[in-house]
Amino acid sequence: MANNVHIDVHHITRVEGHGNIKVDIQNGELKECKLEIVEAPRFFEAMLKGRHFDEAALITSRICGICSVGHQLASLAATEDAFGIKISEQERLLRRLINCGEYFESHVLHIYFLAVPDFVGAKSVLPLVSTHKDVVVQALKLKRLGHHIGDIIGGRLIHPVNLFPKAITKVPSKEQLEDIILKLKDAQNELKQGVKTLKTLKLPSFERETEYISLYKKGEYAILEGNIFSSDTGETSYKNYRDFTNEYLIDHSTAKRAKHNRDSFMVGALARFNNSHEWLSDSAKEAAEELGLKAPCYNSYMNTVAQFVELFHIADDAIAAAERLLNMQLEVEDRKFPVKACNGVGAVEVPRGILYHDYTYGDDGLMKKANCIIPTGQNLDNIENDFKALLPTIMDKSQEEITLMLEMMVRAYDPCISCSAHILTVEFV
Amino acid sequence: MATKPKVAFFDFSCCEGCQLAAIDLTPEQLLDLLEVIDIVEFREAISEKSDSYDIAIVEGTITRDSDIPRLQKIRETAKILITLGACSTIAGINALKNFQTKAEYQQDVYPDDPTKYETTTARAVHEIVEVDAFIPGCPIDTDEFVRVVKNLVLGKKPDIPEYPVCVECKRNENVCVYEKGIQCLGPVTRAGCNARCPSNGGYCFGCRGIIPEPNLKSQQDIMQRYNLTFDQMQEKFKLFLERNKEVFPDGK
Repeated sequence: MANNVHIDVHHITRVEGHGNIKVDIQNGELKECKLEIVEAPRFFEAMLKGRHFDEAALITSRICGICSVGHQLASLAATEDAFGIKISEQERLLRRLINCGEYFESHVLHIYFLAVPDFVGAKSVLPLVSTHKDVVVQALKLKRLGHHIGDIIGGRLIHPVNLFPKAITKVPSKEQLEDIILKLKDAQNELKQGVKTLKTLKLPSFERETEYISLYKKGEYAILEGNIFSSDTGETSYKNYRDFTNEYLIDHSTAKRAKHNRDSFMVGALARFNNSHEWLSDSAKEAAEELGLKAPCYNSYMNTVAQFVELFHIADDAIAAAERLLNMQLEVEDRKFPVKACNGVGAVEVPRGILYHDYTYGDDGLMKKANCIIPTGQNLDNIENDFKALLPTIMDKSQEEITLMLEMMVRAYDPCISCSAHILTVEFV
Repeated sequence: MATKPKVAFFDFSCCEGCQLAAIDLTPEQLLDLLEVIDIVEFREAISEKSDSYDIAIVEGTITRDSDIPRLQKIRETAKILITLGACSTIAGINALKNFQTKAEYQQDVYPDDPTKYETTTARAVHEIVEVDAFIPGCPIDTDEFVRVVKNLVLGKKPDIPEYPVCVECKRNENVCVYEKGIQCLGPVTRAGCNARCPSNGGYCFGCRGIIPEPNLKSQQDIMQRYNLTFDQMQEKFKLFLERNKEVFPDGK
């Protein structure tokens, strides 16, 4: 057993943004264990002040490149909640499609490019280009499908250009929708191949039950709308998000942290799976079974598997949405609505967990106050608590192995650190 | 080629969307690119780190003085330094905060302890070190990225358009955005995006930066013709062009 372990990982690689892991064990006793967030703060909430409601999604999109669609959808939801705008069925279906694009891009990038190399002893996906070329090509194709859907529905996937409050400014043609359906069906076959690849990877065994928080809508695997559900305390209106995200500052992190019922909670694919698994599509349920993912699952490393399972559901859901759109007469809808002083909340499940945007507008339609609460910020304490539970069980390993297991734990959460440090809460209630 | 140039990616304050756009490659593009370059550092995608590289690709805005030595080290090490995207090229959306005082935005975001975290005026990379080439856009265009990298490897000067977005917008046969009563920065913004925003029912907000020698007078005339004021135009320019002295001569 290692009595003295000192780990200092500066700028963890293969995660989005800048974070450090610090662990200090002296004489077998854990003295220090933390995940430092060293990303530069960006002050988005301040930058939003005085901007027009049409620009809110455009600006907040730039909080994060990898979940820019999610930020735009949460932003639109907050603005629409504020002005009392009801969106049409066409709009709702189009948003489900572009959201599918983002989930494919983000989950595939994380699973294949960021997480998988650890399991095959590689430092990155690049050596796999020669050793596992077919898997890399498959992953690139799946990831690019996400970009393709984003291009068609949003003008592009990273920072879409045509999502505005109330209605999208361009609608896809029948041919484009048929093309999306065809490509998604292909992707489903690729995913089935992927199950075989993923099954060969041995995930570390680890268990620590925590509080799982996700959006929730009975009868649906809630992604774009719903209330907030905690595995500890049940369902609450999304309007009460502040009860779930009591944010506070700590010294070693430029990202704010959040607490609810316990010391920490988890958001993201595993939390969604634990809370809403019964409403996954059949193919997703089959994939879960084959990959040994059963609810409730308390192994945070399995978040990567939960993401993979979600891809099956998301593909099924997007095909259903595209087929529905094919039977409709699509047209660019009127975007006018009455402007008034107001406040609204948008809550959306982005790949990494629940994202909240909360806006207050003046009667001139300009932003007075903004608050964005990012999933990774909500997960940070839970990652540290996982470290604390994991470390005593792996102290007999070498320092290198311990470091790798901690890094893999951080990567399993698929953290989006540049996002989390860009939180800009204006007030604490 | 005897040895492939070593390429390293670095990021400062940004959303990392340009790195993602840079790896949104077709399998063919990826394999082609790996034929001509050797990626030695790319924190978002690979675990290797390196102190030796020929081409540094820098993403993100400089928003902390403590980031400057890191940037200078990159400049000293690299033979060629390229900025990747609006944040590093023109300070991008991050510079929107420069229109407020530091005390104001710190108080707004961290009211309990406003000065807890270090921050300063958001600046583009060229304001601090010399830049050899740039890839504009928020985010960058993947094909343009591949083209610029290939050009540089071949020792050619990258061809980035110096004409405005309007040229591409007209070529796409779009109805002028102004005709819909919406203001658009297409007349003075650098093309190369194939007028993506106006072609998708949106408007240009200047993410690729202003063209060399922009005709701001003509932009004002257009605004006037459509009953829009200079103030309204400046308000739009704030989104991406705070560091442009032609638009904001009184800038910090």
